[in-house]
Amino acid sequence: MEHIISVTVENKFGVLSRVAGLFSGRGFNIESLSVAPTLDPSMSQMTIVTSGDERIIEQIVKQLNKLIDVIKVVDLNETEFVSRETAIIKVHTKDQDRAEALRIVDIFRANVIDSTPTTYTIEVSGDPKKIEAIINLLQPLGIKDLVRTGRVAVAREPVRSTAAQAKKVARE
Amino acid sequence: MKLTGAEIFIECLKREGVKTVFALPGGVVLKIFDTLHQQKDVEVILTRHEQGAGHMAEGYAKATGKAGVCLVTSGPGMTNVITALADAYMDSVPLVCFSGQVPTNLIGNDAFQEADNVGLSRPCTKYNFLVKDVNDLAGTIKEAFHIATTGRPGPVLVDFPKDVSMAKAEFTYPNSVSIRGYNPTYDGNKWQIKQAAEAIMKAKKPILYVGGGVVFSAASQELLELAEMTQIPVDMTLMGLGAFPGEHPLSMGMLGMHGTYQANMAMHYSDLVIAIGARFDDRVTGKVSEFCPYAKIIHVDIDPTSIRKNIHVDIPIVGDCKTVLRELNHILRATVNGEQKDLRRPWWDQIQEWQQAHPLTYHQEKDGPIKPQQVVKRLYELTKDRDPIVSTDVGQHQMWAAQYFKLAKPNRWLTSGGLGTMGFGFPAAMGAQAAFRDRLVLCIAGDGSIQMNMQEMATAVVSKLPVKIIILNNGFHGMVRQWQDLFYEGRYASSYLDTTPDFVKLADAYGAVGFRVKKVGDLDGVLKEALSTDKPVIVDVPTYPYENCYPMIPAGGCNHEMILEDPPELKKKQSGSTKVTPEDKDTVLTA
Ligand SMILES: Cc1cc2nc3c(=O)[nH]c(=O)nc-3n(C[C@H](O)[C@H](O)[C@H](O)COP(=O)(O)OP(=O)(O)OC[C@H]3O[C@@H](n4cnc5c(N)ncnc54)[C@H](O)[C@@H]3O)c2cc1C
Ligand SMILES: Cc1ncc(C[n+]2csc(CCOP(=O)(O)OP(=O)(O)O)c2C)c(N)n1
Ligand SMILES: [Mg+2]
Repeated sequence: MEHIISVTVENKFGVLSRVAGLFSGRGFNIESLSVAPTLDPSMSQMTIVTSGDERIIEQIVKQLNKLIDVIKVVDLNETEFVSRETAIIKVHTKDQDRAEALRIVDIFRANVIDSTPTTYTIEVSGDPKKIEAIINLLQPLGIKDLVRTGRVAVAREPVRSTAAQAKKVARE
Repeated sequence: MKLTGAEIFIECLKREGVKTVFALPGGVVLKIFDTLHQQKDVEVILTRHEQGAGHMAEGYAKATGKAGVCLVTSGPGMTNVITALADAYMDSVPLVCFSGQVPTNLIGNDAFQEADNVGLSRPCTKYNFLVKDVNDLAGTIKEAFHIATTGRPGPVLVDFPKDVSMAKAEFTYPNSVSIRGYNPTYDGNKWQIKQAAEAIMKAKKPILYVGGGVVFSAASQELLELAEMTQIPVDMTLMGLGAFPGEHPLSMGMLGMHGTYQANMAMHYSDLVIAIGARFDDRVTGKVSEFCPYAKIIHVDIDPTSIRKNIHVDIPIVGDCKTVLRELNHILRATVNGEQKDLRRPWWDQIQEWQQAHPLTYHQEKDGPIKPQQVVKRLYELTKDRDPIVSTDVGQHQMWAAQYFKLAKPNRWLTSGGLGTMGFGFPAAMGAQAAFRDRLVLCIAGDGSIQMNMQEMATAVVSKLPVKIIILNNGFHGMVRQWQDLFYEGRYASSYLDTTPDFVKLADAYGAVGFRVKKVGDLDGVLKEALSTDKPVIVDVPTYPYENCYPMIPAGGCNHEMILEDPPELKKKQSGSTKVTPEDKDTVLTA
């Protein structure tokens, strides 16, 4: 099953490779990973989308916690959360397609962020389904370039780190 | 006053109580060596290969319980020490390795002897650092020792650029360390410990399964109290040997692939497995789906990732063995009474039945070829009063050492379990000898393994480390040969080593002392003479080449299905053969 794991790490060099190395070295999946500094510039926030059965997710959370540069790990699937992904899509637009492209942009509440005589560059954000949907509609027009940020997510309420939760579960 | 990076390095080692550094110089670390050369507090043992330096630091650490320290140069010095780092990582050995690095302004330029030391060591260290500024050096070293020795111990690398060793900074050594992402849990959850105590009170067929964690946390006394108070028998992993006295009536010996019959049967039929500082390695679990089918499992481990990694656990307790056992004993002391003993009488009778049905056995004929087990057994009996430290290499001889050398105390057993590194034994023994100059340090080696770090004999002679090496010389990579006999129809693909070199002459060439045991009747005499020699010694013992190590659970097999002796076809094949030469080995064995 897919899990979104939110990892707070030290903002210093080499941390990304420690996390990535953990996933590759132990054969865990990474579907997407995004990382950027937090409000406190000494820390970064990673959002990792991964998948596996319960035992694997438990190991992923524990192994992440074990990394010395990891400050907090939250398996967001254990709480309510909201998530977003942004895609930037460059479509090739011949004259007759330009209106159609703008209509699709409108339906999805996307934005045109750049335009040339032969292209529109469109920014869209939302959940992965929405992004898949707009891609499907734009595809017939001719997508020249597509970049996606991967998902970022945040819990709706303040949460404790998952290690503490795991201990609580074991006690019940 | 300002100190150079090299001076700061030495001051830090002194603060950490480091007396010995195992090291080999090179261009980028010359300043450090030059500074070490001009002081007396920290001794430098010059090794002949960086792998040797790494394993010596491991031996030092395992014998003392403190971090071992090694120092290597950049590039090839670093790549040579990797095996030892990986070994220490698998076996949780506290190690701090300092690697030289090219000057910071050249990093990334493919400079002479540059390697990405941090990148190379990342998967085989607990943590690693690159020091870019001399002002960070002392703090970094403090953190390195802290991380290596606390929680689940492990190797830490500090990459030390040349310019940082020369630059100057004000020296202050921090008193404490605080790393926000690193707070190992020592106290077990009280509620969980209570659950464990209740399960122990109720169990009819309990077994203790103890490992290296008991040694690391120095919890042998607490373990002894628990076992005696509750009368629960104790299985030890290869890494846990010595955690519980090997001759104690409750000791079942080692469990696992080459464990004793009773140890494995007791695991399989137990209704409560109490795992303490052991990590359910595949050499112990065998086939996971059929592991301990009737048991509830309690698991005490300081590393949460060890818990439920391979095996479902019913009562997980994250914490330090010593702390948790104290709490557990405290609860049990108030509740244990005579009833448990009665409750468990049938279990204890069953275990003794197993013990008597299939004890460890071998057959030594009076005039026959020397059996390797006989050598270990006599070595044990001749030395046990001297409380020796014993190291092994990797292979059959390692397993026989584990079976027949019954250690009474922890920190006397140096072996490579997780990585299974041939060539570990001799340098590890030297590291222990460097820590304890007056103790008896034995290395039980194989003729294959010993050749992987033989060069360190020069170090042993020059640095006066009088380790006693006993080579169980079967002319084979015996463990490989055993698998070939059992699973590859006796085809000896690259397992035959022949009879070279002459280890007695080799010892002599190095300035050590060599002995050879020619027949079994000479064994005691030669061993005694060797043990009373005050120089490094090699005792070459040509042993019966086709001896196999039993019990054996084939890889992925089930714990109660052990092979206990050679299958009949193998027995027939090997009868009468005492030694092989390349010409007759196939005829003898395929006849
Ligand atoms: C040829 C060969 C054959 C082998 N055959 C066998 C065999 O038959 N039987 C066998 O047992 N092994 C065998 N091994 C060794 C095996 O591969 C493993 O290395 C071994 O079983 C692991 O031992 P352990 O479980 O005690 O764990 P260790 O590797 O010693 O790990 C210690 C555990 O304790 C935990 N710990 C550390 N410090 C603390 C603390 N302070 N408090 C609490 N917990 C702590 C750690 O987190 C870890 O989980 C063999 C190896 C070789 C090379
Ligand atoms: C560095 C390394 N290479 C290869 C192996 C695989 N291996 C395990 S045991 C063994 C044979 C060891 O031979 P020897 O040291 O003579 O011991 P014996 O089994 O004969 O007692 C080999 C090759 C290993 N463990 N380590
Ligand atoms: Mg051999």
